[in-house]
Amino acid sequence: MSYKILEENINIKPFMEKLPDYKRSDTLMRTDKVYQAVITNIVQLTKMEKLFHVQIIDPVETKLFSFLPGQFVMVELPGFGEVPISISSSTTRKGHLGLCIRKAGKVTNMLHKAQINTKIGLRGPFGTHFPMEKMVDHNILLIAGGLGLAPLRAPIFWINEHRSEYKNVSLLYGTKRPEDILFDYQFEMWAKIYNYDIHLIVEEPDKNWKHKTGMITKLFEDITIIPDDTYAIVCGPPVMFKFVCSHLNKIGVPMDRMFVDLERRMHCGMGKCCRCMVGSTFTCEDGPVMDFWTVMNLKEAI
Amino acid sequence: MLFKTITKSNFKTFVNNIIKENQTIGPVKTGKNAKGKFIYQFEEINDFDEMAIDYNITYSSVKNFFLPYKEKLSTFDFKDGTWHQEIEYTIHPRVIIGLRPYDINGLLKLDKVLMKGKFPFPYYVARRKNTFIIGMDNNPPPGCFAQSLGTDVALHGFDIFLTDIGNKYFMEINSSKAFNLLKNIETKEITGKDQKKFIEEKKRIELLYKTEVDVTGLPSLMDIEFESDVWKKWGDKCLSCGSCAMVCPTCYCYTVKETIDVSLQTASKERMLYSCNLVDFAQVAGGHNFRPSSMSRLKYRFYHQYRGFVESYDEAKCVGCNRCGNACPTDINPVDVIHDLRMEKA
Repeated sequence: MSYKILEENINIKPFMEKLPDYKRSDTLMRTDKVYQAVITNIVQLTKMEKLFHVQIIDPVETKLFSFLPGQFVMVELPGFGEVPISISSSTTRKGHLGLCIRKAGKVTNMLHKAQINTKIGLRGPFGTHFPMEKMVDHNILLIAGGLGLAPLRAPIFWINEHRSEYKNVSLLYGTKRPEDILFDYQFEMWAKIYNYDIHLIVEEPDKNWKHKTGMITKLFEDITIIPDDTYAIVCGPPVMFKFVCSHLNKIGVPMDRMFVDLERRMHCGMGKCCRCMVGSTFTCEDGPVMDFWTVMNLKEAI
Repeated sequence: MLFKTITKSNFKTFVNNIIKENQTIGPVKTGKNAKGKFIYQFEEINDFDEMAIDYNITYSSVKNFFLPYKEKLSTFDFKDGTWHQEIEYTIHPRVIIGLRPYDINGLLKLDKVLMKGKFPFPYYVARRKNTFIIGMDNNPPPGCFAQSLGTDVALHGFDIFLTDIGNKYFMEINSSKAFNLLKNIETKEITGKDQKKFIEEKKRIELLYKTEVDVTGLPSLMDIEFESDVWKKWGDKCLSCGSCAMVCPTCYCYTVKETIDVSLQTASKERMLYSCNLVDFAQVAGGHNFRPSSMSRLKYRFYHQYRGFVESYDEAKCVGCNRCGNACPTDINPVDVIHDLRMEKA
């Protein structure tokens, strides 16, 4: 007989045939493990934003990694920190990700100094996604403000790859200045090949600006929306949600057919740290994609 | 659940033997506060007599043994132009003695988030699974409103739970670990007399709860009174120091910080307990703060305690220990705040 209490080891080793599931609940307790990814290409989009192409290194992890449009990953820069970044690329390219990152804080500033072949860490994907299946056979209205086009690119790739499933697609995009416009090199392709109806607007135009000037809601004058046949995806600063969604609500688009992408500073991505909590829900678990009805009923969401 | 009795002297021997072979933590009298009252804390002990098992309440909650203020999540080793992450979840077994029902219930609430959620929190799981808990019932501390929240009774979440029935303890045995450990010492089957005394003691304690908070419909009230002036009144008092969250048995929010070693060979990722009352809690990249005023942060904390957590887990994230009220430098306590909220429309 002894008074020694036996240890319970939670570091369970996986059996070969049972691979760890990084995407969701993990009985192997490997939720904090990051996997390495290498930066394969860096595109300077504007002064503040860069597009990073990254590739997951381990072949097993590459196979396991799959995401849906709207989900995000935690990007780890060892020694500097971890930041939540929404995935800005196609869901079909296994293990290859596009991350559009603005220089905004400690980690992203450092990331902007990174060169090709730098190894970063990834965790995820986390969060909810845009219900692309539900939108089949409907018109889609994509509305983006500023950096909001980055998370929108995942659903755009999805739509392009399944273009025949959807009816008319319109893209309304507004920024502060013409030089803040992201991915302008793709607009022509989206319009010509995938038949998008694209409208641009800026608040502070320069002399070369040919399109409209003003707030993004002004673009509603140019398009006709069929309220009971339209799904809307809205990404941008919180102020924009309020104006855009209340306009759509007024013309009769159901609130549960408008999807917004909320932004918070997550520290864990797993509903633990509470940093991204809005009212009573976690942005990382129940968001970042939420329908407008849910957002409306959350306190302090927008 | 098994029920047995153990004499007080046998229990002392039992504890002293446990101490010899395991890290043991118990309530210790650590000093006096400004008002001349004794302060108790959970600390590591080397002998049964170091404990003050009749303590009223510890200043900090036992949470800190499961979620330390600061904890290493992982380390990164830099080598040959690449890096490697090391994670370890190993915790050696330990024993905590003297937990009150509200603290055990606090741990059960933490379990829901950190052990049973979509993503378990391995650092917590390792600590929780390797901690042997001996609970003890006693008179409620002043200002404690655990009864209003139904946390004055612990039904599970412990290994052994003791209730004082005169010269012996009535034991509730709730794990095979506890059963094995108790084989070392003389215990007795319960008699009808023990049972009667046990019920009497529980009844006596139940009647000693004097502080009450009306929590009926509180979640809806939190929503309805979101714009109430009551929040401004209490928010203006709040110093945004975060003391309440530090001593709270159920507050678990944290911040993650990474530092590079001066040798530039390694980096470490650390988790630190945080508080939603601290100014930069909801600040995002670019500097926008979703809760810039102390009022909005105080309101958010109450909202999470009595509304947000209820939505996710059907119970309040509060055990009614009033540690936050005791620790607050400006005397903000949940009893008064909830009372104020209720009075507004009455």
